[in-house]
Amino acid sequence: MATPTIKSPAFAQFLLRMGDNPLILGHRISEWCGHAPVLEEDIALANTALDMIGQTRMWLGLAAEVQGDGKSADDLAFLRDAWEFRNLLLVEVPNGDFGRTLMRQFLFDAWHAIQLGRLMKSADERVAAIAEKASKEVAYHLERSADTVVGLGDGTEESHRRMQEALDYLWPYVGEMFQSDDVDAEMVTAGIAPDPASLRVEYDALISRILTEATLTIPQSSFAHKGGRTGAMHTEHLGHLLTQMQWLQRAYPGATW
Amino acid sequence: MYAQMVKSEAAQEDPEQLAAFQARIDAGEKIEPKDWMPEGYRKTLIRQIGQHAHSEIVGQLPEGNWITRAPTLERKAILLAKVQDEAGHGLYLYCAAETLGVSRDELTEMLLDGRMKYSSIFNYPTLNWADIGAVGWLVDGAAIMNQVPLQRTSFGPYSRAMIRICKEESFHQRQGYDAIRKMAEGTPAQKKMAQDALNRLWYPSLMMFGPSDKDSVHSAQSMAWKIKMNTNDELRQKFVDQTVPQAEYLGLSVPDPDLKWNEERGHYDYTDPDWSEFFEVIKGNGPCNTDRLAARNKAWDDGAWVRDGLLAHAKKKAARRHAAE
Repeated sequence: MATPTIKSPAFAQFLLRMGDNPLILGHRISEWCGHAPVLEEDIALANTALDMIGQTRMWLGLAAEVQGDGKSADDLAFLRDAWEFRNLLLVEVPNGDFGRTLMRQFLFDAWHAIQLGRLMKSADERVAAIAEKASKEVAYHLERSADTVVGLGDGTEESHRRMQEALDYLWPYVGEMFQSDDVDAEMVTAGIAPDPASLRVEYDALISRILTEATLTIPQSSFAHKGGRTGAMHTEHLGHLLTQMQWLQRAYPGATW
Repeated sequence: MYAQMVKSEAAQEDPEQLAAFQARIDAGEKIEPKDWMPEGYRKTLIRQIGQHAHSEIVGQLPEGNWITRAPTLERKAILLAKVQDEAGHGLYLYCAAETLGVSRDELTEMLLDGRMKYSSIFNYPTLNWADIGAVGWLVDGAAIMNQVPLQRTSFGPYSRAMIRICKEESFHQRQGYDAIRKMAEGTPAQKKMAQDALNRLWYPSLMMFGPSDKDSVHSAQSMAWKIKMNTNDELRQKFVDQTVPQAEYLGLSVPDPDLKWNEERGHYDYTDPDWSEFFEVIKGNGPCNTDRLAARNKAWDDGAWVRDGLLAHAKKKAARRHAAE
């Protein structure tokens, strides 16, 4: 098997893509703290956010190591500007109501679970080890978000309507997960990660099974917003998220916490 | 977190049954949900456990205020874990209260319409990052002081909940102290944040033990029932004695010019909190009362469609299963 060059810029990009997703989504979910519809959901949201931040530490820690320029995972999380982030646009959109938050979680978890499953077979042992640890957590995230999507989709008229609206709003952000570029091509060649496009069939099968059970209709449109994972164009929302997340590190440079 | 200002109630009951009940408590037996108990014991416990549970829930808000601004990934993870534990404590406590014949929804409604209280400390704001350390150090420290003896309380489910909660709370206190220590040992700006946090949270933390014993007329019955294990002033003194050396170690000044070690008593002499402020906060006039209750009401109201939706789905699923059988 091919061994990746330690300082490969493409490898570092790939790791940022893996780490920025849980960082930004973990931030979004943690905005719910104390405001969830029921106590069990407060616990589950905090638990999911905690897993995501743990995964961030592993991916960004490895990204920093691969970059080899003396930066830490915290430097990457707190001192990059919006254009340097490599997360999917899906995870940076605002929470909306609880239905949109859980629909976004489900659409992400389904991709995340499949992606991590593939990464467990990565030629890079460090990637495989992180994927193995994270996939146990994500299996639970997916079970919970899928159950909630089914429960609310097939609940009352109002909950059904809200879940359909959430799906309609988020659907244009799904396609980005499966777009491939040169970074991905290099990862495929090195045996580090799968081609994103190759995950689509399994993803579509999984989400259509759950969304059918939830009595929801997948929009016909195949249009996809893009730019998050390449950094070419984020949403306006990311900058606001970063002003909050990075505030202390920016306001008091050099302090240890 | 815990309960303060809980009044115990008395009712007309068979003196023989009451004496037998008291004898069980005096013998150190645990009272279990199905056992006979005086109505006052039940009501007092519902209020005390309910108030404690509400404190855990409302307590998510001042900490949640900083989760999205936590300065490192590790601090963010620690804070998330702590808030998750606290919501979990709320859950055990509501379950303990439910064994006394009141539902979680009923208790929640009483919180939301102001009939039930939560600890006054959560009506104070968290204004800088050091507050998060100070909440762990002082607020959880005060809570532990109160809860450790409650592990031996007479009501079985409450005692068992306390045993579990205390384990997690001592972890919270340690991480809080560690966070504020980092600040106290940090840059001048960080040290200023740490001192500012202590200045604002010191007296509200002392208030957590409830009014002075001379003004706390409801303690005797609760102590006889072993629902309350120590007086307010005993616990407050213990907290001061434990906390002052910790502040000294951090190089922070406790905002009490009259604080001094009393050799004769073997305790620190300290200034009581401003009780008029305490009673104002209890009445609803603390810095955050209105916002905290509004946030909880909004969460509950906005979440109604979610609870209704999930319930409707569970019913449909049960009906389908029934039809298939």
